[in-house]
Amino acid sequence: MKRNVFGRAGLLCGWLSILVMLAGNGFGQDVVAGALSTPAPAPAINAGDTAWMLISAALVFLMIPGLAFFYGGLVRKKNVLSILMQCFAVICLITLQWALCGYSLAFGPDVKGWIGNLDWAFLKGVGVDPFTGYAATIPHSVFMIFQAMFAIITPALILGAFAERMKFSAFCVFMLLWSTLVYDPVAHWVWGLGGFLSRFDAAGNAVPGALDFAGGTVVHINAGVAALVAALILGKRVGSVSPPHNLPFAVLGAGMLWFGWFGFNAGSALGANGLAGSAFVATHIAAAVAGLTWAVCDWLWHKKATTLGMITGAVAGLVAITPACGFVSPMSAIWIGAGASIICFIAVTFIKAVFKYDDTLDAFGVHGVGGIWGALATGIWAEKSVGGFDGLLHGNPGQFLIQLKAVAITMAYSLVVSFVLLKLVDKFMGLRVSEHEERVGLDLTQHKEAGYTTID
Amino acid sequence: MKYIVAIIQPDRLDPVLDALEEKEIHLVTVSTVMGRGRQKGIAAVYRSHKEAGSLLKKVKLEIVVNDDFVKPALDAVTQGARTGEIGDGKIFVLNLEECMRIRTGETGHVAIG
Repeated sequence: MKRNVFGRAGLLCGWLSILVMLAGNGFGQDVVAGALSTPAPAPAINAGDTAWMLISAALVFLMIPGLAFFYGGLVRKKNVLSILMQCFAVICLITLQWALCGYSLAFGPDVKGWIGNLDWAFLKGVGVDPFTGYAATIPHSVFMIFQAMFAIITPALILGAFAERMKFSAFCVFMLLWSTLVYDPVAHWVWGLGGFLSRFDAAGNAVPGALDFAGGTVVHINAGVAALVAALILGKRVGSVSPPHNLPFAVLGAGMLWFGWFGFNAGSALGANGLAGSAFVATHIAAAVAGLTWAVCDWLWHKKATTLGMITGAVAGLVAITPACGFVSPMSAIWIGAGASIICFIAVTFIKAVFKYDDTLDAFGVHGVGGIWGALATGIWAEKSVGGFDGLLHGNPGQFLIQLKAVAITMAYSLVVSFVLLKLVDKFMGLRVSEHEERVGLDLTQHKEAGYTTID
Repeated sequence: MKYIVAIIQPDRLDPVLDALEEKEIHLVTVSTVMGRGRQKGIAAVYRSHKEAGSLLKKVKLEIVVNDDFVKPALDAVTQGARTGEIGDGKIFVLNLEECMRIRTGETGHVAIG
C-alpha cells in the first residue's frame, strides 16, 4: 500500500515535471513580432475591439457548458455525468494542446498551404503586440485565446454521436489526436494565412478563397463528418433506447448555446465594428426562423410542435448561419435559417431512419448537414455590400464553386483521418465499453459517480 | 385487517385524499408510478423518433385499515377518483397478516388507528 502511494506520488511528480519542461520551453524567448507582418510602426491596440474580443472569447467558452447541458439532457440518467465530464475534459485537454502546439499548427507561419509551422509553439511570440495579419487592433494573445475556444468546442461537438458507449480513456486520446491532426490543419487551410483554401496568401494579400466567417467548414462540417464516422465505427447502443431524461436541461443548454453564439459569430469580425453588428443580426434572425421552421415541420409530420424540435431547429439555424453571418444580409439569413431546419429535419427524420446509424444526439444530422447547407448557402447569398464578396445570386457563381470545393475537401479529409484515428485507438485501447458497463451506465463504470440519487 | 392498493390518475390524488380524510382514514402512503391498462397513452415524439413504450404516469396509494373501514375506504377512493373515463384505475384489497407500530411495539388492530 505504501509503495502504491509513493508510486502515485511519483507519477504525479512526473506529470508536473512534464508541465514544467513544456512551460520552460517558452522562458527566455524574446517576444518577436510575427514574421509575416510587414515592418511598420507598432500597431495600436484598440480598447473597444479588445474589450469585445475578450468578451467574445468568454461567450464562446460558455457554449461548451451549454453544449454539455444540451447533450446531457438528451441522454439517459445513468450517462448524464459522462457527457458533462467529456465536455469539461475537452476544455482542459485542448486548452493545453492549443497552448503547446495547436495554435501554432493552425495559425502559425504557413508551410506550403497545409499547416502552420511550430514557430509559435509554447505561445512563443504570442504576446501583447498585435499580429496584423489576423487582427491588427487587438493583442495577439487575445486572438489566440478567442481561437482556443473554437478549437475546444469543435471536438466536443463530435461526442454527441458516440454518447453513452465510449470508454473515457479512449475518448481522451481520440480527442487529442483528432484536434491535432484534423482540426488544426483544416483551420489552417481555411483561416491560416497562406492556407490553400484561405482568402489570404502567406503574405496577407487577398486571393480567391472559401468564405467561412465563423467556422461552418472548419467547425461544423469537420466535426459533423467525424461524428458520422464515429457513430458508424462504434455501432449502435445496446438495448432499447429511452427518451431524453431531462428536456429542461436541453432547453437550458440550447439557450446558452444561442447566447454564446453571438460571441462565436459576431466575435469573428475580430473587432467591435459594423461587421460584428451585421453578423450578430444575421445570426439571431437565422436562429429564430430555424426554430420556427422546425416547429412547423413537427406540426405537419407529428401533429404537435415539440420543444426538442424547436431548440434543435434553432441550433441548426445557428450552425448554418455560422459561415455566412458576416457575408449575407438579414433577409438572406431568413432563407438560410429556414433551409437549415428543413434539410436537417429531413436528415434526422428520414435519412437516419433509412441508414439506421446510431448518431445518438444527431451531431451529424444537425452540425454536419447544417454546416454543409450553411457553407453552400454562403456561396449563394453572399453580397458585396455586407462582407465584400458576391455569391451566386449576386452574379458570382465562381464563389459557389469555391464553397463546394472547400466542403468536399473538408468532408473527405475529416472522413478519412477520423476513420484512421478511430481504428487506431480501437486497436490499441478499444473504443467501446463492455456491454455490461454500457447497461450499468457510463457514470458509474467510467467515473465512479452517479448524477442523481433516488434516496435522500 | 386489510391492505388496500389503489392505482389512480395523478390528477385525482387530492380529491381521494380529501374523501379519505372525511371518513377519518389517515394512514396512507402515496407514490408516483408508471403503469398501463386498456387505456392507450399519448405516444411521445423526440426529434421524429416515436417512443414505443406505452406506460403512463399513475399514482399508487397504499392504505391499511381495520375490517370495518374497508367499505368507507373503497367508497372514498371511488368517489375521489371516478371520472367515468377509461383509465380511472383499480383498487386491490388484500388480507393483512400483521401490523406493528414501530414507536410502541403495539401490534394488531390498535396499531392501525
